[in-house]
Amino acid sequence: MNTSQTPKHDAFVADRLTCIRGQRLVFTDLSFTIAPGCATVLRGPNGSGKSSLLRLVAGLLKPATGRMTWAGADVAADREFHRRQVRYVGHQDAVKPTLTVDENLRHWAAIYGESRPTKAAVRDALSTQDLTGLADLPARLLSAGQRRRLNLVRLVFSPGHLWLLDEPTVSLDAESVTRLETSLREHLDRKGSALIATHVGLTIGPHDTVELSPARQLDEYDA
Amino acid sequence: MREFWALVRRDLVLARRQGSAATSVAVFFILTVTLFPLGVGPESALLGRIASGVIWVAALLATMLSLDRLYQGDYEDGSLDLIALSPLPLELVSLAKTLAHWLTTGLLLVLLSPLLGVLMQLEGSAYLTLVAAMALGTPSLSLFGSIGAALTVGMKRGGVLVSLLVIPLFIPVLIFGVGAVGAAADGLSQRPHLLILGAIFMFSLVLSPVASAAALRLNLE
Repeated sequence: MNTSQTPKHDAFVADRLTCIRGQRLVFTDLSFTIAPGCATVLRGPNGSGKSSLLRLVAGLLKPATGRMTWAGADVAADREFHRRQVRYVGHQDAVKPTLTVDENLRHWAAIYGESRPTKAAVRDALSTQDLTGLADLPARLLSAGQRRRLNLVRLVFSPGHLWLLDEPTVSLDAESVTRLETSLREHLDRKGSALIATHVGLTIGPHDTVELSPARQLDEYDA
Repeated sequence: MREFWALVRRDLVLARRQGSAATSVAVFFILTVTLFPLGVGPESALLGRIASGVIWVAALLATMLSLDRLYQGDYEDGSLDLIALSPLPLELVSLAKTLAHWLTTGLLLVLLSPLLGVLMQLEGSAYLTLVAAMALGTPSLSLFGSIGAALTVGMKRGGVLVSLLVIPLFIPVLIFGVGAVGAAADGLSQRPHLLILGAIFMFSLVLSPVASAAALRLNLE
C-alpha cells in the first residue's frame, strides 16, 4: 500500500474534458495544463461549472469524455497516486464539532497517511492561519471563518501536490486572505501547483486562467 | 494499513464524544427485550421458548436504528468527500467505518445478550451458544447494514428505506442465529447453525465493502 508515498511534482494535463450534469452540458472539450509551481484560476459566472470541474479533477466526478494525466500517465490507471497528489477544499469545511481544533487536524493528517505529528508541528501549522491560541477549543465553538481557516490549515499540514480550492476566501477576513495567499505562495515556491475557483479577493502572482461559460441544455447542443 | 486504523480510531473517538448512538442502541435493545416478560406474562416455560427469537429480533432492530448515522454525518459536513479523496481506497474506507460501527453497536449487543437471556429465562445450556451466535451474526448485520446506509446516504429521511433494503439481508442471520440457540436449548448440535452464520459472515465481508463503495461513489457524484 505504500507505493508512491510522496507526491511527485509533475505537470497535470486535462485533455478535452466534457462534463454533463442532469441533462445539462456543463462544459465540453476543456483542455488545460497545470505545470509544477504554477497556479491556474477558474473564472466564470455562477453555474458555469467551476465546482464541477474541481470535483472532476479531484476524482469525485467522472468526466463524460476526455482524460487527465500526470506526466503522461493516465489518472484512471493509478487512482491511489492521484489521491496522494490532490488536496481538495470544497464548500463544506469537514470540521467535527465534538473534536478540538488540534484533534480535527491530527485525524485528517493520520487519514492522509502523515506520520504522527509532534505538538510543535501542529502548533506551527495552526500558526499559518493564526489558530494556535484556539488549539484546545472544541470546534463547535468556532465561527464560520475560523472553521474555514482550520480547513485551510489541513493543506499546509499535508500539502500533496495539486491544491483544488473552491472559493477558498468565503467567510474569511482580510488578514486571513493574506495568510492564505502566503501559504499558497510557499506551496508554489516548493513546486506545488493549484487550481482555484474564486470570484474576489485573492491576489495570486502570475497565473493562467481557464474561462468557463454558462452551462447549456443538452438538446440545444445536439441541435 | 496505517490510514485504515486512523479512520477506525477517528470514528471510535467521534462515537465516544457524541455518545448518544451507542447508548441509544443499548437502551433500545434492553427496553425492547424487557417489555416481553411484561407483555406475555412471567411463565418461565413460555419465556424460555421465545427467548432467543426475542433477543435476536431486538438486536436486529437496534442495529437498524443505528445505521443511518454510519455515513450520514460525514456526508453532511463534507468529511466524506475528503475521506473519499484520502489515499485509502473507498472499499477499505467502508470496511473501516463498518468495523467502527460494529465495535460501538454490535459488540455491545453481544455483551448484553447473556444478561437479557437471564431476564428471558433462557435454558442454561444455551448461553454460550447465544453469545457465540451473536458474535458471529452481528458483524454480518453491520456489514449488510453498511450497504443500505451507503445507498441512502444522500437522502434526507432514508431511515425507512434503509430498513426495507437491509431486512431481506438480515433474515438469514436471524433464522440461523435463532436456530443455533434453539438447538443448544434442545440439546441438539448447534454446530451446523454456527457454521452457516460463519459462512454468512464471510459472504458479507466480501460483498459489503465492494457494494458500499460503489454506492458511495454514486452518491458522491
